[in-house]
Amino acid sequence: MKNLKYLFLRRVTQIGLLVLYFGANAYGWNILKGTFGSSLLFGIIPLADPYTTLQVLATGFVLGTDVLLGALIITLFYFVVGGRAFCSWVCPINMVTDLANWLRRKLKLDKEEVNYRFLKRRTRYWIMVLGLIVSAITGVAAFELLSPITIMQRGIIFGFGAGISVIIAIFLFDLFGVKNGWCGHLCPLGATYSLIGKTSLIRVKHDHEACTACMECKVVCPENQVLYMINKESISVTDGECTNCGRCIDVCNDDALGFGIRSFTNSKSTKEKK
Amino acid sequence: MANSDNNRRKFMATTLQSVGLTALGGLLWSGYSDEAKASPLVLRPPGALAEKDFLDACIKCGMCAEACVNRESNVDKETGKQRPGTLQMAKGGDHRLIGTPFFTPRDVPCYMCDDIPCVPVCPSGALDMPSLLNEKKELDINKATMGLAVVHKESCIAFWGLQCDACYRACPLLDEAISLQYQKNERTGKHAFLLPVVHSDVCTGCGLCEKACVTEKPAIFVLPREHSMGKAGSHYVKGWDIKDQQRVGNRKAEEIETKTKRSEKAPVDYLNKEIEY
Repeated sequence: MKNLKYLFLRRVTQIGLLVLYFGANAYGWNILKGTFGSSLLFGIIPLADPYTTLQVLATGFVLGTDVLLGALIITLFYFVVGGRAFCSWVCPINMVTDLANWLRRKLKLDKEEVNYRFLKRRTRYWIMVLGLIVSAITGVAAFELLSPITIMQRGIIFGFGAGISVIIAIFLFDLFGVKNGWCGHLCPLGATYSLIGKTSLIRVKHDHEACTACMECKVVCPENQVLYMINKESISVTDGECTNCGRCIDVCNDDALGFGIRSFTNSKSTKEKK
Repeated sequence: MANSDNNRRKFMATTLQSVGLTALGGLLWSGYSDEAKASPLVLRPPGALAEKDFLDACIKCGMCAEACVNRESNVDKETGKQRPGTLQMAKGGDHRLIGTPFFTPRDVPCYMCDDIPCVPVCPSGALDMPSLLNEKKELDINKATMGLAVVHKESCIAFWGLQCDACYRACPLLDEAISLQYQKNERTGKHAFLLPVVHSDVCTGCGLCEKACVTEKPAIFVLPREHSMGKAGSHYVKGWDIKDQQRVGNRKAEEIETKTKRSEKAPVDYLNKEIEY
């Protein structure tokens, strides 16, 4: 029986947050109001998405201090603590792409290795920068026009309308198109959080001694380039593209992976070993 | 040497490719954004910045819509249940910039709450609270300029001579934003027309008149102010208005020379010219 601890915790967090947001509109709850673009926690603490904030600033509009403060709080949280945890613990699209990914494995669609010539994992950083440029040119937050993340979240809170088609499109793209296509290649929000969370404290740690090289972790990881050290070195996963989803820990039967606090001395000693 | 040359060529090629594809993406994306921005006639919450700035500023959080639907006054007096909110968040298929708040008066008009719950919650400044403050620095919904009601007199049954003052009665600024103009009905010879007239300096664009209108498709409806208002231009001066007359200053009529394309010709010439199609 596979361990589903972190998967379960993530789903509880994701759905719990959506319930709170939904309740704020439907029943007037005052716990978490707004959407990921900008929210209000307990009626006082502002929260705002850093990339959305940057887009609005790029249009040339001087934002209210609530949004700027909110973006700062979120940035600091992921910078210091969470890493890219937004993507796997908060974002609702993660549930869609995880489902697509799971189906891909079940349908054995991954057996054929395809080389996506134009679609590299670094594409998202280009899109991230491009989004800001387009925002500046057209005078409207450009990614927010397309963002399946907020479309899905607003859909759940206020009703989907035709917006549901965007969610289905992402699902189909990830299932039949590119593996981890959206979250792993295109999403500029993920790119932003990758950059923000590069040096965060919570990290997955690998124990090379315990590893039996079954490679289950690499199969299940949505960003498996970050797991280059598996069965090679006993170090932390320090790549910012790791979403701290903990699926690798769940599937590991050898206790070779686990969450830990980044130790700055460790990374030095491995460098010395080299 | 050959290898490093190869690498260099490959690096150049991929860089060029990345830049080229980014430019392609940028063109498509800009084109789409620009089209998506060109919303049709859309009514925004009170205090909203001018549409262009509003689209810059709105962070699409939905807190205005949440405050609107959850206000204490939003309860059906008969059933005691919550009614739908005025402000809706544009979703796919609404053909308005996705995620931005708007309202459709014929469905749910703005009830012009005294405390304006939708505005102070705006975190980004897209809904500008200072624009709704009166001289006493209090929130004053009467200062809102969400739109301006327009009467289509051919479909308005009051202009037919039927007695209807539904919009006039529904207006929260009764006799100020809409007044009734009395006029003799020549057809019957003994009745009066009671004609609704909207005053743009008072009308907030709440849309209660549009909601109340009895015709199949409302004969009075709210449009964004930039679409429902004309502009006389600064070259027209109200000579009978002391304040307006001051714009002229001490200039004498014979000293003022207005040059237009037309004025280069003598009036006799351009007035007698055939109409250009």
